[in-house]
Amino acid sequence: MGNPDMFHVFGVAALLVLIAGLYGIIASRDLIRTVIGVEMLAKSVTLAVLAAGYFANRVALAQTLAITIIIIEVAVTVVAIGVVLSLFKHDRSIDVRTVRNLKG
Amino acid sequence: MNAEQQLTVNMILLAGVVITALWTVMTARLVYAVIGLAVTSAVLTVVIFMLNAPVAGVFELSVCAGLIPAIFLSAISVARRLTPQALVVRLKEQARRFWPLPVIVVLVAIALARVTVAAPPAAAAGAGQQDVRTVLWTLRQMDILGQIVILLAGAFAVVVLLKESKNG
Repeated sequence: MGNPDMFHVFGVAALLVLIAGLYGIIASRDLIRTVIGVEMLAKSVTLAVLAAGYFANRVALAQTLAITIIIIEVAVTVVAIGVVLSLFKHDRSIDVRTVRNLKG
Repeated sequence: MNAEQQLTVNMILLAGVVITALWTVMTARLVYAVIGLAVTSAVLTVVIFMLNAPVAGVFELSVCAGLIPAIFLSAISVARRLTPQALVVRLKEQARRFWPLPVIVVLVAIALARVTVAAPPAAAAGAGQQDVRTVLWTLRQMDILGQIVILLAGAFAVVVLLKESKNG
């Protein structure tokens, strides 16, 4: 098991990746970039879970949770890309401003 | 490797993860962003191996650094290539939108360097020695069921979304 200072370093890194992902989602106008931002959030959570598991001496449990996160990440990405491609077929654009007129 | 060296190696790798994540989010070209995503996953895989989690590392490398970028690239290949003029406009717009991000990241890193986060309490020695397969198949059986349902739902959603309309 590592020293407590190392947990702090892992926590900061996970938070910085989370900020990058959130900023990417908020600032980009491109739907694929938005999905990439969501990917970054998932990576941040994976890192945080595995670091917490390592320092809590529960690596096996953390690994199973990380595997679940990765599988959810894949499903979310594939569905999101499917939605983006459907929108592209419809509007010939992946700009979020073109889907503002979505009507229920 | 002693504790000091391990801390240095981890800090370098984590800095690599943060820098590649920033580059992925900030770069103007989508293809570069996808390559950045794959590189971020690859560096994160090394970090995960350093955390003694090889099973999760293999998943991260094969799925997040391999499969997901391939899906992104196949989606990007549908779109048209940017003209040089459009690329210049995109670069300027990207720089205008994303210049605060590195500043925010550096400021947050400096602020968090001054505080200390307590590590979670360590479990008893036996708990940490469990095999990941034992935990997955005995303690977290419902996770496997959930994963199967999520994958099936994802596959079904993609089939529905990408189904060709009969009217064209």
